[in-house]
Amino acid sequence: MAKQILLKNIEVPGLAGFDVYRRLGGYSAVEKALKGYTPDQVTDEVKKSGLKGRGGAGFPAGMKWSFIDKKSDNPRYFVCNFDESEPGTFKDRHIGQLNPHQLIEGMILGSYALGANAAYIYIRGELFYVLNIIEKAINEAYKNGFLGENILGSGYSLNLYCHPGAGAYICGEETALLESLEGKRGNPRIKPPFPAIVGLYGCPTVVNNVETIAALPWIVNNGGEAYAAIGTGASTGTKLISACGHINKPGIYEIELGLPVEEFIYSDEYCGGIRNGNSLKAVVAGGSSVPILPADLILKTAKGEPRLMSYESLAEGGFQTGTMLGSGGFIVMDHTTCIVKNLLTFARFYRHESCGQCSPCREGTGWMEKILMRIEGGQGTMKDINLLTDIAKNIEGNTICPLGDAAAWPVASAIRHFREEFEEHVKLQKCPF
Amino acid sequence: MQDKNTIAEFNAATLDLVNQIIKRYPQGRQKSALLPVLHIAQAENNGWLSADTMDYVASLLGIQPIEVYEVASFYSMFNLQPVGNCVIEVCQTGPCWLNGAEQLLAHFEKRLGIKPGETTPDGKFTLKTVECLAACGNAPVIQVGTEYHEKLTTLKADELLDKWTAENKNSHTNPYL
Ligand SMILES: Cc1cc2nc3c(=O)[nH]c(=O)nc-3n(C[C@H](O)[C@H](O)[C@H](O)COP(=O)(O)O)c2cc1C
Ligand code: FES
Repeated sequence: MAKQILLKNIEVPGLAGFDVYRRLGGYSAVEKALKGYTPDQVTDEVKKSGLKGRGGAGFPAGMKWSFIDKKSDNPRYFVCNFDESEPGTFKDRHIGQLNPHQLIEGMILGSYALGANAAYIYIRGELFYVLNIIEKAINEAYKNGFLGENILGSGYSLNLYCHPGAGAYICGEETALLESLEGKRGNPRIKPPFPAIVGLYGCPTVVNNVETIAALPWIVNNGGEAYAAIGTGASTGTKLISACGHINKPGIYEIELGLPVEEFIYSDEYCGGIRNGNSLKAVVAGGSSVPILPADLILKTAKGEPRLMSYESLAEGGFQTGTMLGSGGFIVMDHTTCIVKNLLTFARFYRHESCGQCSPCREGTGWMEKILMRIEGGQGTMKDINLLTDIAKNIEGNTICPLGDAAAWPVASAIRHFREEFEEHVKLQKCPF
Repeated sequence: MQDKNTIAEFNAATLDLVNQIIKRYPQGRQKSALLPVLHIAQAENNGWLSADTMDYVASLLGIQPIEVYEVASFYSMFNLQPVGNCVIEVCQTGPCWLNGAEQLLAHFEKRLGIKPGETTPDGKFTLKTVECLAACGNAPVIQVGTEYHEKLTTLKADELLDKWTAENKNSHTNPYL
């Protein structure tokens, strides 16, 4: 049974309203922290919890917080990354829509720990209806004294605001997000300096994903050690997996990290197996950016051990035979799927979303899309397949932000594991599907 | 289709909203309000941002028009050309493609007699393709204004189209309301 930390009450009617959330114990972590903990003690609990960032990169949250520049005289900011644009990822929307107070409570805890008196939730513009739900919840939190001046008489004050994006995947990259929040184009900044030193308006800033922040109330209530006791030790706690594609039960599942992939795909508690009794062909396990794996390698590592849903197990074997947990966007493909065509949709996505600052990414993503169109359309040559690998290699690591890598990895991995399928397209001069 | 600028300026209620939004950012950082204000301006200008509209937004925020143009042209939700009353955005990324987005798009094309990026001659509908809308578990997905329509079938698409045609659907409503 999955540990229900993030989704425990998600099905309770009216949970988005303050009264229901509060009746179920909501905001008790804020009471506990503001009355009993110094900001550093909150950070210590988060460090002890081992909580890793759930936005995709998996950086330890407590450690990131400890980098915040406390010597600076500038105000500090805490920013929630609700851009949720990585294809296959649809977990943050679930929290924002159904349990906005959990996110707000997490924002208060993080802001308090960091010494921020203003915080922003940056939410992709397409999800305006979710923004409105969150704003309503924010107003309720103000009315009930959990936001605003002198919260619970603690002397700590916080203002929390929502900010809409306007359609740009790149604004999920944290420095592009900050540019966008400043009212500019979403062009990623060169790091260092990192946002913890020079962030929003040049001030010390921490950016965390919605799911990372939503785990904070539980950690403060139950202690970091209790959180760290869940999972595999290296991957602590629970993770939301948004599962989609050719499965019987697409949806958002909270799993204890370390769950076998096979159980996740085939158990009725989770994906419920492959649709129409079809066979599993491939999985993209952590959002479109991570390497695709064929059925045998997603179920078992190259060493023959069961593959687990954890940071370390999914990464086992490196990019040769492994992948990444990423954002938890779990895309399942059955045997009827054309890998080339699926990859083409991803390639188009990255070409469309490249901000255009770095030539390898701006030009390379367009070339990869064109070549894939050629292969899928039956005009490809064998040389094209190597050319794709070549372009991917030349993008990887040569750009300001990791969008270039994110565009290159799906191409490189699809050819690594499904080369015959590309060759078949070339030989037949058409798509075999 | 409207190709004229219909807002000379925002009415008092909208100005009030805009001023509230500006106050969310520190003093002197009112440029931060640009994306939210452009969303509002686009809705008030029949779904697109004309040069006049953008100039007006620049004047409201005390920034140069070029600062507005360079931002408006970066983000895919902003239309720099006139659009129909009802803009239908069909997601076409992998997970939606795996679940029939291509057939769904073809169905919209056939029913409306237009290709993505085009507007029906009566100005009622614009068809657009968009990238992943973060609703992949309910693929295929379309967006119309602030509404999502998920697990769409061609049958359901027909029902929606009939309804929108009958009610002369306008998808350009102030997203904050
Ligand atoms: C191209 C790109 C897109 C990203 N999109 C998102 C996103 O939509 N949501 C998110 O939380 N993080 C996204 N990230 C990761 C962020 O840069 C950052 O690592 C994250 O917000 C930090 O929060 P976390 O440590 O809590 O995960 C993206 C990164 C890149 C390079
Ligand atoms: S791919 Fe269509 S919503 Fe994600």
